[in-house]
Amino acid sequence: MAGTWVFVDQRDGNIRKVTFEMISKAKKFGDEVSAVVFGKGVEGLASEFAKYGADKVYVADADVFAEYNTGAYVAQITAMINEYKPNAVLFAHTFNGRDFASRLAQKLETGLATDCIDAEISAGKGVFTRAIYAGKALAKVEVTGEPVLATIRAGVWDVEESSGAGEVVKPAIAATDADVYQTIKEFIPTVSARPDLTEAEVVVSGGRGCKGPEGIKLVEQLADMLGAAVGGSRASVDSGWLGHELQVGQTGKVVNPNLYIACGISGAIQHLAGMSSSKFIACINTDTEAPIFNVSDFGVVGDLFKVIPVLCEELKK
Amino acid sequence: MKVLVCVKQTFDTEAKIELKDGKISDAGINLIMNPYDEVAVEGGIQLKEKKLADEVVVVSAGSDKAMDAIRTALAMGADRGILVKQDTAADEYARAVALAAVMKEENPDIILAGHVAADDGSSQVPTRIAEILGLPHVNVITNLELADGKAVCTSEADGGTLVTEVSLPAVISCQVSWNEPRYPSMKGIMQAKKKPVATVDAAAADNKVAILEYSLPPAKSAGIKIEDAEPAEAAAKLADWMKNTVKVEVK
Ligand SMILES: Cc1cc2nc3c(=O)[nH]c(=O)nc-3n(C[C@H](O)[C@H](O)[C@H](O)COP(=O)(O)OP(=O)(O)OC[C@H]3O[C@@H](n4cnc5c(N)ncnc54)[C@H](O)[C@@H]3O)c2cc1C
Ligand SMILES: Nc1ncnc2c1ncn2[C@@H]1O[C@H](COP(=O)(O)O)[C@@H](O)[C@H]1O
Repeated sequence: MAGTWVFVDQRDGNIRKVTFEMISKAKKFGDEVSAVVFGKGVEGLASEFAKYGADKVYVADADVFAEYNTGAYVAQITAMINEYKPNAVLFAHTFNGRDFASRLAQKLETGLATDCIDAEISAGKGVFTRAIYAGKALAKVEVTGEPVLATIRAGVWDVEESSGAGEVVKPAIAATDADVYQTIKEFIPTVSARPDLTEAEVVVSGGRGCKGPEGIKLVEQLADMLGAAVGGSRASVDSGWLGHELQVGQTGKVVNPNLYIACGISGAIQHLAGMSSSKFIACINTDTEAPIFNVSDFGVVGDLFKVIPVLCEELKK
Repeated sequence: MKVLVCVKQTFDTEAKIELKDGKISDAGINLIMNPYDEVAVEGGIQLKEKKLADEVVVVSAGSDKAMDAIRTALAMGADRGILVKQDTAADEYARAVALAAVMKEENPDIILAGHVAADDGSSQVPTRIAEILGLPHVNVITNLELADGKAVCTSEADGGTLVTEVSLPAVISCQVSWNEPRYPSMKGIMQAKKKPVATVDAAAADNKVAILEYSLPPAKSAGIKIEDAEPAEAAAKLADWMKNTVKVEVK
C-alpha cells in the first residue's frame, strides 16, 4: 500500500498553506507521503513539497486540468488510486476540496470524513476528529471504506520542515474533455491586499458595534498594522459594511488563526461557531455581559472607537 | 419542470449540546429545518413563481420527526413531500443512497439542497447524490439563472466568485445568501396540512464512517478582562499582551 496522499490545493500555481500543513502532519504517520498535484504547467510546483517530507510527488499536467473541474479531476484520481493504491487521500476542506472529495468518495463508494481538525492514520486505518454542531461537540470517527478519504480544516496543524525524496511521478493522463460537465464561465477573484480569511495568522473582525463604515475603517486600520485579514459578524455583513465573503460564523467562514480580535461583536453562538477554535481570542466590547468575553483570552470592556486608535499607537511603539 | 428540494431536520442553531450515555442528547432540543435548506426551498418556490417550474417536491430522510421539516416547506409553498424513513445514524453515504433512490423515481429536472447541514457539517450529501445519479452538480451557489435547459450558477468559491454552467438535470446546493426565505403564512400552514406527503422506506445501505466517540470541546479557562479602565490604559494592556503573549508581528 502506498501510504498517504495529500492533494495539493492550488490555483494558478498559488498553493494554499493547508497543503503544507497536511503534508507535515502526514509525515508523522510514519508511512510514505505523496503530494498529488493537478493542473496545467504545474511541473514547477513539484519541488515545493520535498522540504516538508513528501517522498513522492505525482504530477498530472494537462490542459483539461487547467482549472479545477470535478469530472476530470475525479476521473484522473480514480485511475491513479486504482493503479497506485494509496491507503488514504487527504484534501483541504476548501470549496474545491470538499467538492472533489465528496464526488470521489461516492464514485469509490467509500467513506469521507470532512472538515477534520485532527487525524491519525496507521496500518490503513483512518481515525479523524470532526467538529460537529458548529463546534459545540466533537466526534471521533473511523472511515471504514477504502481508501480512507478526508478533508482537513486549514490551520489545525503546523507547517514543519522535514526531508523527503520528492521523487516526481508522472501518472498516465486518464481524463479527457468528455469528463468535464461544468463549464467555467468566469472567475472573479476577490481583490484584496489582505491575506485570505481562512489562512491568515491574525483576523480582526468588526460587528454591529462598529456602527458603520467609520468603525469598520478602524478595524481595517488595526488589521493592516498586523498584516491581518478582516472579517465580520453577520450583522456587519448584512448591513453592507463588509462583503459576504468576509462573514465569520456558522453560515460564513470558519477561521482558525493564531489571534482573533472581535471588535463590537456580541459573540452569538453562530458567530462563535466560526472562530472559537482560534488559538488566542481578544475582544473589545462596551457590554461587560457580552458572551464574547466567555471565550476571550483577553477582553477589554470599552468603546472600540476610543480603544482601537490608542491600540494602534501602542502597537507602533 | 419539476424541482426537488432536499430538506434535513436539524437542531436549532441556538441549541446547547449535551452528552447522554456517550451520545448527543436530543432531550428538550428544538428541531428546525436546516437553515440552508430553507433557502433551497425558497429558491424552488421562486422558480415556480417565475413560471420556470411547475412543481416543487420536498424530500427528507430521517425519523418521523423529519415530517415537521417537510410540513414547514409545504407551508412555505412547496407542493408535496416525501419522507424517506431512515435511521438518523445513517451516514452521508447511506443518506445519499436513500435520497438518490427516491430521486430516480421522481426524475426531477433540478435538485436543490443546502450546501452543508448545520448539525453534521458534512457538505457531502448533494454531491454524492449527483454522482449516484450521474448528474452534474454545482455547490455553494448564491445565484441561479435557468435558460435553454441549462443552469448558470454563481458560487462563493475560494478567493473569489465562480460562475459555472451545467446542463439540466443537475444537483445544485446553496449558500444562505442566495435569498431570504419567507415565513409560512397562516394560510400556508393550513394548506400544508392538506398537501400530500408520501412515506417510503430507505434503500438499504451500510455506513462507511463509524462514530467511535462523541465529546464536548474543553471549556475555555477564564481570560484576562480589563474593566473600568480608561481607554488608553486598556489599549496599552491589550497591546502589551498582543506583543508579549501572542507575539504578533507589527508591520
Ligand atoms: C441560522 C443562523 C445563522 C447565523 N450565522 C451567523 C454567522 O455565520 N455569523 C455571524 O456572525 N452571525 C450569524 N448569525 C447571527 C447571530 O445570531 C447574531 O445575530 C450576529 O452574530 C450578531 O452580530 P453582532 O455581534 O455584530 O451584533 P450584536 O449582537 O448586535 O452585537 C453588537 C455588539 O457590539 C457591542 N458594541 C456596541 N457599541 C460598541 C462600541 N462602541 N464599542 C465596542 N462594542 C460595542 C454591543 O455591546 C454588542 O455586544 C446567524 C443566525 C442564525 C439564526
Ligand atoms: N437526511 C437528509 N434528508 C434530506 N436532505 C438531506 C439529508 N441529509 C443531507 N441532506 C441535504 O444535503 C445537504 C448537505 O448536508 P450534509 O452533507 O449532511 O452537510 C443538506 O443541506 C440537505 O439539503
